[in-house]
Amino acid sequence: MTTETIDLKTKLVADFYAREAVMNGEASSAFHQKKRAALARFDQLGFPTPKNEEWKYSNVRELISESYHFNAESSLGLADLQDLNIPEQVANILYFINGHYNEELSSIVSSSDQIIIDSLQSAYKKNPSLVNTYFDELVKDDTDAFTSLNTAFAHDGVFIHIPDNQTVEHPVILRFVSDARTQNVGSQPRNIIAVGKNAHVKLAEAFRTLGTERSFTNAVTEIHMDRDSGVEYYKVQNESEKAYHIGTTQVRMLDNSHFYAGTVTLNGHFTRNNLNIIIDGERCEAHMYGLYFPDGTQHVDNHTVADHCKPNSQSNELYKGILRDRAKGVFNGKIFVRPDAQKTNAFQSCKNIVLSTEATMNTKPQLEIYADDVKCSHGTTTGQIDEEALFYMRSRGISKPEAMSLLMFAFCADVVSQIKIDSIREYLENVIADKLASK
Amino acid sequence: MLSIKELRASIEGKEILKGINLDIKPGEVHAIMGPNGSGKSTLASVLAGREEYEVTGGSVLFDGKDLLDLAAEERAAEGIFLAFQYPVEIPGVTTINFLKTAVNEIRKYRGENPLDAAQFLKMVREKAKLVSMNDSLLKRALNEGFSGGEKKRNEIFQMAVLEPKLAILDETDSGLDIDALRIVAEGVNSLRSPDRSAIVVTHYQRLLDYIVPDYVHVLYKGRIVKSGTKELAFELEEKGYDWIKAEVEAVG
Repeated sequence: MTTETIDLKTKLVADFYAREAVMNGEASSAFHQKKRAALARFDQLGFPTPKNEEWKYSNVRELISESYHFNAESSLGLADLQDLNIPEQVANILYFINGHYNEELSSIVSSSDQIIIDSLQSAYKKNPSLVNTYFDELVKDDTDAFTSLNTAFAHDGVFIHIPDNQTVEHPVILRFVSDARTQNVGSQPRNIIAVGKNAHVKLAEAFRTLGTERSFTNAVTEIHMDRDSGVEYYKVQNESEKAYHIGTTQVRMLDNSHFYAGTVTLNGHFTRNNLNIIIDGERCEAHMYGLYFPDGTQHVDNHTVADHCKPNSQSNELYKGILRDRAKGVFNGKIFVRPDAQKTNAFQSCKNIVLSTEATMNTKPQLEIYADDVKCSHGTTTGQIDEEALFYMRSRGISKPEAMSLLMFAFCADVVSQIKIDSIREYLENVIADKLASK
Repeated sequence: MLSIKELRASIEGKEILKGINLDIKPGEVHAIMGPNGSGKSTLASVLAGREEYEVTGGSVLFDGKDLLDLAAEERAAEGIFLAFQYPVEIPGVTTINFLKTAVNEIRKYRGENPLDAAQFLKMVREKAKLVSMNDSLLKRALNEGFSGGEKKRNEIFQMAVLEPKLAILDETDSGLDIDALRIVAEGVNSLRSPDRSAIVVTHYQRLLDYIVPDYVHVLYKGRIVKSGTKELAFELEEKGYDWIKAEVEAVG
């Protein structure tokens, strides 16, 4: 452990207690007690080192070697956002700048009987017990230090509640912008999505950075899915060359619910995504798609968990990556099939194209099956561009770089096509085409 | 149009072509026949610019240009087309998008403006009709899940769209039943013209019933050991390749 490690951790713990000291009565609330317990967990766990099996290939030493101004005020306005080429769509759009909800930039188009959308702070002020019903419930047993850190410092984020039997027509798009134009900034957004019985919603989280200083985002999203519900959830990361992103999305599914996740990492210096799905119902379907394109010295790590607790459900996972230069990729996919989860179908696949001898990809499928009547499979491939396909295209007059980019675009297509929010899919298609053509 | 002199080529150190000489004039169709392993597909691959093969000697001039100096895509832009023996499946790229890219890359090479979507679609529909290519295949991923016949027809369709000066058909008949063979041959024939030539590589004579060649060459052990007209193909069909092998061994 380096001295810097102790510094950032010690500083955060001290910050917590300093804030608590000026909280007056609120410090005794159930909400705050959860935060306090989380801080104790964080304090005990400390930042992970590569000795921790879950962090073996992703070293956070560099991330914690500097300090960050958390929840920094920002003057960022509409004009500044134009540089980010954010696609337009009729949707419920919520902006968070350095972790603060920005009402001016946001717009909510769905009616409040269909969906309650509020910032976490505002929702808590209005109805603390409702928020407290969901807050931390899915991650309180998480042994990840970053998740505990987020809980302890949860400042703002979104609180979404969809009443039973509501299908929300317009998607919800959460835009998290780090304004790192003048200083190192940090934010720890905390999102709670509670989806009622037979309720359906499309949801996206988009992460962007402005400026060239460091940004550190430590995001946690808890998604509670009641029976017969459906959620499509997309996470898109297009951050700066000095952006550090650690995120956990924790989902719990009850009977007959359907969950689709698409996680696309376009840019960012260091990215770690945890997607954990507890399939705690029968006849559920969980689909996980992922895509990443690290180049330069970027690092992208995806950890996923499909935890089958009940019988007759299925999970299906496809992650794909293209790695260049000295980029590093990590994929760890866990499938648990608990003793009660008979007739589980669980499939997992991770495919990678490595375009440089200096780029590396570590893949680790991890299946733990405690039931006997199940169908599970996993497969990972890491290879180069198909030379035969390349020659076929060149023999038709397509230049080698163009053929390469077409083949790589095609490689991504079965993940991109899964994204059902049109503006986001089209945005991704454009950014990916540019990214693939530029090399 | 095409002039091959003493062409030698090897793969992984093994010499496959051992001095090929062949001249093709505009409008001519030349059949290259020969037993398995004689070097027929190697010749087709070397002409199309497949990089696994190393050219160790000789020259190939195409319309006066040194073909061996050009990359595969440049050869295509100059007007060479290889119909693959085993067309490649490319998931995620539709046939139509693939061809649009190809057409516009070739136009760029020739200093022409790209075709817009409407012009391109009109042209593609005409060509699809010409080779009885089902429109629905165009929207599907290139060759993915296509039957053997559909793949070969797609090759001929691409050829119709790209309008090459020299088409090289590498065992286009392999794996085709007689109906598919006829449709493919009709497509090829519809593209014949006084300024377009073709090399038809085949193991069997039956394709030549439909695509009637001006000349027939027999390739054996990396050399053209016999040349003639279409009658030579009938003779090979009747007598097999053993008599040719015997002749070569006797001389050599």
